[in-house]
Amino acid sequence: MEETEQFIMGDTACAEGAIACGCKFFAGYPITPATEVAERMAKRLPQVGGTYIQMEDEMASMAAILGASWGGLKSMTSTSGPGFSLMMENIGLGIIMEVPCVVVNVQRAGPSTGLPTLCAQGDMMQARWGSHGHYEIIALSASSPQELFDITIKAFNLSEKYRLPVLVLTDEVVGHMTEKVVIPPYDKIDVYPRRISTLPPEEYLPYVSDEDMVAPMVGVGEGYRIHSTGLTHDKRGYPVITAPVQKEMMDRLIYKIRNNVDDIVKYEEIEMADAEIVVIAYGISARPALKALEMARDRGIKCGMMKLITIWPFPEKRIKELAPQVRGFVVPEINYGQICLEVERCSAGKTEIVLVGHAGGAIFHPNEILEVISRL
Amino acid sequence: MSGEVYHEIIISGYGGQGVILNGSILGKAATIYDKINATLVQSYGPEARGGACSAHVIISEETISYPYVHNPHILISMSQEAYENNIDSLRDGGLLLTDTDLVKRRKNDERHVSYSIPATRMAEKLGNKMMANIVILGYLASLSDAVNAESLRNAVEKSVPKGTEEKNLKAFEKGYKRGEKQKSGTG
Repeated sequence: MEETEQFIMGDTACAEGAIACGCKFFAGYPITPATEVAERMAKRLPQVGGTYIQMEDEMASMAAILGASWGGLKSMTSTSGPGFSLMMENIGLGIIMEVPCVVVNVQRAGPSTGLPTLCAQGDMMQARWGSHGHYEIIALSASSPQELFDITIKAFNLSEKYRLPVLVLTDEVVGHMTEKVVIPPYDKIDVYPRRISTLPPEEYLPYVSDEDMVAPMVGVGEGYRIHSTGLTHDKRGYPVITAPVQKEMMDRLIYKIRNNVDDIVKYEEIEMADAEIVVIAYGISARPALKALEMARDRGIKCGMMKLITIWPFPEKRIKELAPQVRGFVVPEINYGQICLEVERCSAGKTEIVLVGHAGGAIFHPNEILEVISRL
Repeated sequence: MSGEVYHEIIISGYGGQGVILNGSILGKAATIYDKINATLVQSYGPEARGGACSAHVIISEETISYPYVHNPHILISMSQEAYENNIDSLRDGGLLLTDTDLVKRRKNDERHVSYSIPATRMAEKLGNKMMANIVILGYLASLSDAVNAESLRNAVEKSVPKGTEEKNLKAFEKGYKRGEKQKSGTG
């Protein structure tokens, strides 16, 4: 297969990314503005020997992809706000059972049914904390169809490497925007394969981890005994309802991510060499922010930008480093301040932080961001 | 910021006229065949057919950061509502293309360069009024240098339903020729 160039929608690019890195199972329930992801998967999966199931709702969709992943297939679902809320319980199940899979949230404006056809970035904290209990999660963000293609692959790789559901957070505008997407030959794409145990069945235990705190999985139907549950469990996967076993399990769920933050966290820095004011932006808002940066530079303002690719875990190391060096952070996001709170936490009062908030339903005009940059 | 090639285009009409497809064909012509950047965003009501809809296309040599169009260089309107909603946003000297039978233009509009073509009627004569959008694309190819005419032909061929390529290319040529004639004052 040769490299191809296609003029396609973000949602379509997301599905193509999944197919390109070997996703073979999709279960979902249609919802604007994520329907086109499902639509493309319904068309593409049968062509590559995969399975598409339209489920009765989003709870079942999430459950189905966990099952399919245990069954050995790379699995994905996609949804938007209301469906994302319904998936929360089973995302938690995926976290505790340590199931590699990818959940795409093409954000629209809420709360509740909100603005079904219009964009927002209001689910950033829900992505972090939406399921109950304390856990670590990985969430990535994209601001173009090409990035959506690329980070969907990255999401699958991280989910296999660290054995957890990985969230792809985008929004209506990126999902429905059409741009050129370069699709490399599939054999040139870096794919992180499932970590499979080399132990014989009699020695294998499902939750004995490697040095990086991630436990290898096994092939289904190959004679291994598997037990997995949403209850706190020991190395055998059996429920043990005690504080010490809870600690042992939780330490692994938390530190398999925290200890590998440098491997997981990715961001782009633009015009940062002499920057005094730094815009921290992600998703669709990174696009008008980039335009605002160029306009600010034209006016002689030393402005730079940190574009977040990994949202969770939050790139706190870099922001802590930057805070005492810059005059201020400007954080444009289509909500009333979510990622801005993280920036404030990491800055610990060492620089000024200005939120450029938005209720949703539209994206920023570059001038709205430029105005704040100019005032700082 | 804008390089030599920079066009903001709004294509507007109602759902079912191929408005969004036209945006996609333009973007494909620009990106895949002319090898420059293009974005397409769309807006429409909750209904799939019959409601007002528009496609915003930006074609640029430079990276496009902001994909929405507020003051287009080119406006294509295929319904009266679409015309009324967008005509004031068309910038001075901007190119206006309308369907003669579907849009009654304001008189004495000296701000814009206006052309009209009975695209739907022409498409009907070719056997299918669904090709009106392709007629108007051919018309655009003749009257604007936003994208290369050959690139647009290629993109039309690759974008229309299989088996209808020949008919659609014919529709494209009809529009293109009409534009050539009007340009030279013989049409």
